[in-house]
Amino acid sequence: MNFVKKSPWILHYDGSSCNGCDIEVLACLTPLYDVERFGIINTGNPKHADILLITGSVNEQNIPVVKQLYEQMAMPKVVVAVGICATSGGIFAECYNVVGGVDKVLPVDVYVPGCAARPEAIIDGVVKALGILEEKQKFARKKNS
Amino acid sequence: MIILIIIGIIILAPLVGGLLTGIDRVITARMQGRQGPPILQPFYDVLKLIQKESIEVNSMHRFYIYISLIFAVFTTVILLSGGDILLAVFALTLGSIFFVLGGYASNSPYSTIGSERELLQIMAYEPMVLLTCVGFYYADKSFFVKDIISASIPSIVYLPGVFIGFVFILTFKLRKSPFDLSMSHHGHQEIVKGITTEYSGRDLAVIEITHWYEVVFALTLVFVFFATKSPISRIVAVVACAAVYFLEIIIDNAFARLKWQQALNAAWIVTGVLGTINLLILSYFR
Repeated sequence: MNFVKKSPWILHYDGSSCNGCDIEVLACLTPLYDVERFGIINTGNPKHADILLITGSVNEQNIPVVKQLYEQMAMPKVVVAVGICATSGGIFAECYNVVGGVDKVLPVDVYVPGCAARPEAIIDGVVKALGILEEKQKFARKKNS
Repeated sequence: MIILIIIGIIILAPLVGGLLTGIDRVITARMQGRQGPPILQPFYDVLKLIQKESIEVNSMHRFYIYISLIFAVFTTVILLSGGDILLAVFALTLGSIFFVLGGYASNSPYSTIGSERELLQIMAYEPMVLLTCVGFYYADKSFFVKDIISASIPSIVYLPGVFIGFVFILTFKLRKSPFDLSMSHHGHQEIVKGITTEYSGRDLAVIEITHWYEVVFALTLVFVFFATKSPISRIVAVVACAAVYFLEIIIDNAFARLKWQQALNAAWIVTGVLGTINLLILSYFR
């Protein structure tokens, strides 16, 4: 049986977000939405996490940071881009220091657009990511066996 | 027969510990006005971690964690099969020391701080645990659990102060606020998770399972306080274990984390006053 769907642990990284999406991500943990009922824990440690949640666009300064966080996560892992800035760069796309969406640097699995993305949309995106996580684990197992 | 009992303890103890942790998480969530995860969530977490990749920092830091688990299993088997309570306590301390060494071994600054905090915790709770063992000897003239739980009068009658002191330091052992300096159940982004920073996958699962054994160990000592040879007292003892665990959950949710100086002072003052005075009075009358 596959248990990764039952206990996805999340690492939340703020790229160059305006903090709007970050507040919505944290709102998911409050009693109103309570994502812990799906077994979701917001860890602060890439080595414990299964899902990398990135808000905000990627800029020249944080490319190595984002890459290192992704590399430190244990397999299987997925990346969820939260908010329109993380999906495409949003209104900051034309800035001189902004590279664009997270997919310019990392393989993004789920895009959650919105400015700011609503908590319901974020939870929906994470639940979608769980399906991909399961597939990735099955694929990894087939490769090993 | 003895082998069957030992295998039974090794399998059942973590199941009970995991279930208790799950109930703890649900009750905690309800106290915070949330719905909370399913009761089996700790098992889901551990099974997921076992299926995940383990990142190896160096060969030693994983080794210490497995040694720590072996000592926790050893302790639980000794205690539940009615063995020597002193041996159990010292074996568990050795397991904790190996856990601390594992934190130092990875050479990460977060792990090092976590290890130092764990050492301070050990320093804070260890005197009271030893006094508890001494207290059992004063009350029942034996260090063996099977002798203590077959006495005619429960040990709590002789050791009320030691019992309160023991429940006090149980907050350290069960990793509950206000004394959860290293490895809390909450605060996943904070330095309190320091000692587990470099562990992932199977190693993190082993740390969790070790904690389940420790929960069973702690509640078994509570059981020993109440149990006598009559079967009714055994039921009372189980109810007492449940009550103590529930009390710890309430304390966990009602208090903020203390600084290590305050935690150390509080633990040693309680140990000094309740534990020592209880033993002094007991040695005077018996």
